[in-house]
Amino acid sequence: MAVNLHAVLELPGLINKENIIEAQLMWILAWNYLLKYPDKILEWTLQHLYIILVANASAAVLGILIGIFISREGREQLADTVIYLASIMLTIPSLALYGILMGILSALTLPSIGFLPVVIALTLYGLLPIVRNTYTAIREVDPAIIEAGRGMGMSEQQILVKVKLPLAVPVIMAGLRQAIVMNIGIAAIGSYIGAGGLGQPIFRGIANYRVDLIIVGAVFVSLLAIIMDLIMGRVELITTPKGLRIRGRSND
Amino acid sequence: MRKYIILGLLLGILLGLTIWMTSLGSVGIFKMAPPMKVLSATVRHLQIVEAAELLAITIGIPIGFLSTRRACRFISPVLIGTANVGQTVPTLAFIGIAGAVLGMGYKAAVIALLVYAMLPIIRNTYAGIRSVDPALKAAVKEAARGMGMSMLQVTAKVEMRLAMPIILAGIRTSMVVNVGTAAIAGMIGSGGLGELIVTGIAVRVTQLILQGAAPTAALAIILDALIGGVETWVTPRGLKALKSAQWQQ
Amino acid sequence: MIKLKYVIKIYPDGTEAVKDFSLEIKKGELCIFLGPSGCGKTTSMKMINRLIPMTSGKIYIDGVDVMKLNPNELRRGIGYAIQNIGLFPHLTVEENITTVPMLKKWPKTRQRARAEELLKLVGMDPQTFLERYPSELSGGQQQRVGVARCLGADPPILLMDEPFGAIDPITRGKLQDEFLKIQSKIKKTIAFVTHDINEAIKMGDKIALMQEGKLVQFNDPATLLNSPKNEFVRNFVGADRVLKGLRLYRARDIMQEPPLKVKVGDNPVKVRDRMKRDMLKWSMLVDGQNHFLGWITYADLEKAKSLREIMVPPAVTTAPETLLNEAMSMMFNSAIGNLAVIDDQEHLLGVLTFDIIRNILGKENSGNQKRFGGSKQ
Ligand SMILES: Nc1ncnc2c1ncn2[C@@H]1O[C@H](COP(=O)(O)OP(=O)(O)OP(=O)(O)O)[C@@H](O)[C@H]1O
Ligand SMILES: [Mg+2]
Repeated sequence: MAVNLHAVLELPGLINKENIIEAQLMWILAWNYLLKYPDKILEWTLQHLYIILVANASAAVLGILIGIFISREGREQLADTVIYLASIMLTIPSLALYGILMGILSALTLPSIGFLPVVIALTLYGLLPIVRNTYTAIREVDPAIIEAGRGMGMSEQQILVKVKLPLAVPVIMAGLRQAIVMNIGIAAIGSYIGAGGLGQPIFRGIANYRVDLIIVGAVFVSLLAIIMDLIMGRVELITTPKGLRIRGRSND
Repeated sequence: MRKYIILGLLLGILLGLTIWMTSLGSVGIFKMAPPMKVLSATVRHLQIVEAAELLAITIGIPIGFLSTRRACRFISPVLIGTANVGQTVPTLAFIGIAGAVLGMGYKAAVIALLVYAMLPIIRNTYAGIRSVDPALKAAVKEAARGMGMSMLQVTAKVEMRLAMPIILAGIRTSMVVNVGTAAIAGMIGSGGLGELIVTGIAVRVTQLILQGAAPTAALAIILDALIGGVETWVTPRGLKALKSAQWQQ
Repeated sequence: MIKLKYVIKIYPDGTEAVKDFSLEIKKGELCIFLGPSGCGKTTSMKMINRLIPMTSGKIYIDGVDVMKLNPNELRRGIGYAIQNIGLFPHLTVEENITTVPMLKKWPKTRQRARAEELLKLVGMDPQTFLERYPSELSGGQQQRVGVARCLGADPPILLMDEPFGAIDPITRGKLQDEFLKIQSKIKKTIAFVTHDINEAIKMGDKIALMQEGKLVQFNDPATLLNSPKNEFVRNFVGADRVLKGLRLYRARDIMQEPPLKVKVGDNPVKVRDRMKRDMLKWSMLVDGQNHFLGWITYADLEKAKSLREIMVPPAVTTAPETLLNEAMSMMFNSAIGNLAVIDDQEHLLGVLTFDIIRNILGKENSGNQKRFGGSKQ
């Protein structure tokens, strides 16, 4: 573990007066930019939201379907494999996944930059939390409850729709929330391959040494993530069936 | 077993891809990176990750540990809250601001990675130590003190050991995130595998992109699997359930 | 009504859960499936509504082979209640109760009316409870809703798997009483699983006692108690048969005169001689007004100067109205193993000993079915 301590030792020279003065200036510049071009910022934000919406909607639909599919009895091995694959997928760095997807897409003669590879990547990243949560939530429904349903003559489909899914909703929503927050950050990196969004000012700023752009982008993308996290937290609560919310309260 | 097959297959594909792309030599007017360059980029990548990770561990664990102490009761909610919100902040924002404030390059990259990597470690250390059953803790502590260990030794030995699986899970998360963030740091001129990808994207040559992307992905998967292995290894059997619950959050 | 013929269940892992099981439950009868844990009660019951597919054999309901029916339709026609209650936590009490009516697409107003009717039947106020969620109910209330739910679409048949299992004994007793009252009104045909012989005797018109997948004895409770078919049955109902028999008597019915009553002032030496002559291990000490003071044991008398000093005060005493089963459990707390029966002024009336009780039990075992039969309900 001690191999690269020299890299650490280089660090102390890092903060000097010059840097600090510069830093204050940056925030002023960024503020000016905000006052001057709010429409620009709005446009990037909307682009960003659009990408997130499309990608997470697909991830949600796909993820819930996959989660339901692998949660059927007798598919435990398949479930294990699917969840393992999805979790490996999540460890692949976004820039690398973008790169790999660009390779695959151009081999298929599909558009290899912009919206498409980013949405595909975000969908893939979003899958793990959603699949895993859907699967666990469905599997963890009390067997007695399922048996009661079956014993009263519900078909397997009715049990899924009327019993398992409503009970799984809060956990699935938590997965979706995780996916969305994570994807907002990954979508920002997607601006680098031309998908637009709030990563754009950051990259443009890095390329042209426009510090104000960097800060505007960074601040707004962070705000977006934090706000979406809060909103999804509310949504999670609202979509929880009332009977379960009451239990949650009395358990606290 | 099945998992090892999947893992092996995936790594095989990624490394094969790397070798294949490198062996192309050139695509049109563009030269592929020579093997030594790929290797040195990988080493550089690891350097950044390791520097940031080591710092994050040496700073993060004590912070997480201290915030569980009674004396820190008043700051710990703020601290943990900040760590939680901080984790929602995209990595690119960290990199961008670090680059803007500290100047583009290696140092900014390490600082950004460090700050970001610290968050899951602080959070998990805190959660891990808090999750140690107080009754168990009291009993073990008494026994340990009976054997003549000092208070500090007891704490270090007992609480940290019991919280270790969860702390390791935090280190694992931060390590994986770090590999990705280090790649992005290639854009602010830190070097590493990110630079190869960025170059490829800049000139839009798929082979060049893949030459950087494949080993980056492989690196992340290998590191994740390694720490995952250590994690299983140090997790007492009875604590396994706890660990998976932690992942749920 | 329900007929099982040579039913066999072998689970995929080779467990022979039910072996050659035949039995008929008549219309309006409450049939108990009784037996130790793992003997195949639940399996047998669940084969009736096909929750568990049988390996071979036939099951008929009203003469119709259940295998010829659509399983979901079949189940909607059979009420089903399980041990863990299994209420849907995300649905209100009303929605829970009307699950089957909903599946059968009853009109909304009829569902509502049915839910109210059933809640009243199980002794809960519809106004208060219809809109509640299961998490807002006590354990006993949940069990009631579970019973109401299985009656949802008024099915002629009920399957109940330890429906009062997950609950404290006192509430369970109350629910059993209430359910019997309901059953006397609605007269359903019921298969009722329990491993509790008390519950079986209290609730059952018939008891099917099972052992390792086989039906050992199928009779009414009295016959089961009085003529156990073999050693297994005797053992299984044994301990309880004692209690059941005891419950038919009160202390005053069988108490005896104390073998020796001594007064406070009596001479220890004389008492000792007397006890030696009559070969008594103990005698009972009273004062001049026949108030019971305590026990005198022969062994203590040797060095005694006065009776009072060696007297063992009674840990418990009992009233003449006490039921014999309760009296017996009190005996275990008594120093001597015997129990003094006293009136409310503490006058000594008599004594209960294990020997007396054993005699009674001997009599009970040799017949008198009427008394058992009569004690139910
Ligand atoms: N799905 C299954 N696969 C294999 N064996 C099973 C299965 N379900 C039950 N068994 C076995 O079949 C036997 C009968 O089980 P059953 O559940 O019918 O017992 P029970 O009489 O209801 O017991 P309890 O009073 O404990 O509920 C037991 O030995 C049990 O282990
Ligand atoms: Mg059972």
